[in-house]
Amino acid sequence: MSGPMAPSQAPTASQQPARGRFLTDFSHQLLAEWTKIRSLRSTVWALVLLFVLTLGLTTLFTSVAVAQWNQLDPGDRASLLADPVSGILGSGLSLGQLTMCVLGVLVISSEYSTGMIRSSLLAEPRRWPMLAAKCSVFAVVVLIVGEIVAFASFFVGAAILHSHVVVTLSDPGVLRAVVGEGLYLAVLGLFALAIGGLLRHTAGAITLVIGFIIVLSPLTQLIPGQIGIYVHAYMPAVAGSLITSANPAISGNNVLTPWQGFGVFCLWTAVLLAISTYLLQRRDA
Amino acid sequence: MIEARQLTKRYGDRLAVDDLTFTVEPGRVTGFLGPNGAGKSTTMRLILGLDRPNSGTATINGRPYAELARPLQVVGALLEARAVHTGRSAYNHLLVLAQTQGLPKRRVGEVLELVGLESVARRRAGTFSLGMGQRLGIAAALLGDPQVLILDEPVNGLDPEGIHWIRTLMKTLAAQGRTIFVSSHLMSEIAITADHLLVIGRGRLIANSSTTEFIERNTTPSVLVVSPGADRLAGLLAGEGARVESSPSDSTTPSPSAEPGAGSSLTVYDMPAAHIGEVAARAGLVLHQLTPQRASLESAFMELTRESVEYAVRSDGSVGSGQDRANTSLSTSAPATSQSGSAEAASADGSSTTEEGSR
Repeated sequence: MSGPMAPSQAPTASQQPARGRFLTDFSHQLLAEWTKIRSLRSTVWALVLLFVLTLGLTTLFTSVAVAQWNQLDPGDRASLLADPVSGILGSGLSLGQLTMCVLGVLVISSEYSTGMIRSSLLAEPRRWPMLAAKCSVFAVVVLIVGEIVAFASFFVGAAILHSHVVVTLSDPGVLRAVVGEGLYLAVLGLFALAIGGLLRHTAGAITLVIGFIIVLSPLTQLIPGQIGIYVHAYMPAVAGSLITSANPAISGNNVLTPWQGFGVFCLWTAVLLAISTYLLQRRDA
Repeated sequence: MIEARQLTKRYGDRLAVDDLTFTVEPGRVTGFLGPNGAGKSTTMRLILGLDRPNSGTATINGRPYAELARPLQVVGALLEARAVHTGRSAYNHLLVLAQTQGLPKRRVGEVLELVGLESVARRRAGTFSLGMGQRLGIAAALLGDPQVLILDEPVNGLDPEGIHWIRTLMKTLAAQGRTIFVSSHLMSEIAITADHLLVIGRGRLIANSSTTEFIERNTTPSVLVVSPGADRLAGLLAGEGARVESSPSDSTTPSPSAEPGAGSSLTVYDMPAAHIGEVAARAGLVLHQLTPQRASLESAFMELTRESVEYAVRSDGSVGSGQDRANTSLSTSAPATSQSGSAEAASADGSSTTEEGSR
């Protein structure tokens, strides 16, 4: 079995100019990260769950709303009439988004828990290109699946609500909101990935991300006065999810516009990713 | 070629690697030996850029690992801790690594065949036994057909056939001019494979020499004598200048005195077996056994690293520190060295020095 080893056929790296070599190396990293993500069951499960949960809850919510239209709280009915796309998307997103929190964390933390990170860093000892490639591939995968989920739940929700509320993609802000759901999910996934990379521990990171989004964000509303309103508005998921409303000002969210809110969310994520990258470079693996 | 220069690594206040300087040359298998916790794995992780040294440098072919282009085509590494995602198949694990280096898919099949894992290539690595996991790690190390191989405890978990295979593989690769750096905590294992030895204890280099030289320098020949007149013989031999120990003091020498009616046994140092036989004949003493033996490599290694063993198990009930014990054992052997005054005396001294023997 200890037979001769075939010499490798790859071109010697030193023959290429530095810039071209970096791009080639990075494309190799992208391909490897794509293989990593598609070869794990957890990816498939999380994406299937995202689809099923989001679509299922949107269907449930809109069906209940239609069936009990006259018993609905007048406020709820008014907001549904004023901004139906927000109700359609938001109902599914409430739980569906948690799958991306978990997957985002797992994409990096499972490398630490299994020891795979050592193989990854031996293959890319500069380290950050590995994380950059991982983020790129993961974001693109979530974006594509997220857009499919977003459009599917919009069309299903809109069809169910049709008897009471008519909403189409050409209504003001609606297309932006639907496309925005995919963008929001992709950035949320990166947000979770950044925290996973910071903590390097699956359970801890999932708890922190979900705690941040489900517990901490609503809690900031309890801060009295103008400060509370601002702090709440700038919380990552609160700001980020504005983009999934056609007109968030109607429901009283007038601190940030949808795109500003999305920008704030991207900024949170970028800062966390920067810290995560810095620590990746610094820490022993 | 691997070069470490004054490599030092602390974890908190624990000094894991302490000012290590050594070179691992191509074309031979270099064994990296030390008790558990001596700093072998840490040193390898420092060489591979996984951990940062507090000071000092480690280079491979003159460059730090992090600066290698397509590193897996220069260095192949098997780490002691597993480095495989348990949810991914062996094939996909290797495919990921191949893709990072721009290696063709075909190479994955080649290394799977080389380590004998073709039939389980599609199984998730988490279901692998220790030995299969080890083979997968070796496959990953060989993936880029590297000139330098760093293997941390490669025989761990392998069956006898696997151990034989990895030994042959290492020797073959070294004969091709590659640099093979392999760690072990088992002296006997490494002595079979390695041409050269680096011994460390508590993060410090204790010995750096060829394997044969190491064995010569660190094992003291002795003769096992069994005789009904052991007591009288012991006196006579001591009178002739030998150092005599009655009843074997360590478990590495078999004890024949368990047989009923047999004489008691002596271990005689610094006197050839023929001379012992003559002394016995002159005194008219019966010998049941006269067996020349070499103290095992294992005990030589234990002796050498005694003061640097981090988690020592006391068998003699002494409460002194490891340092005290080492001093004691050195002083007891001092009279013997003054008697023989030969190469053996030099070797006893050599065993306690830290630099490469140049005698």
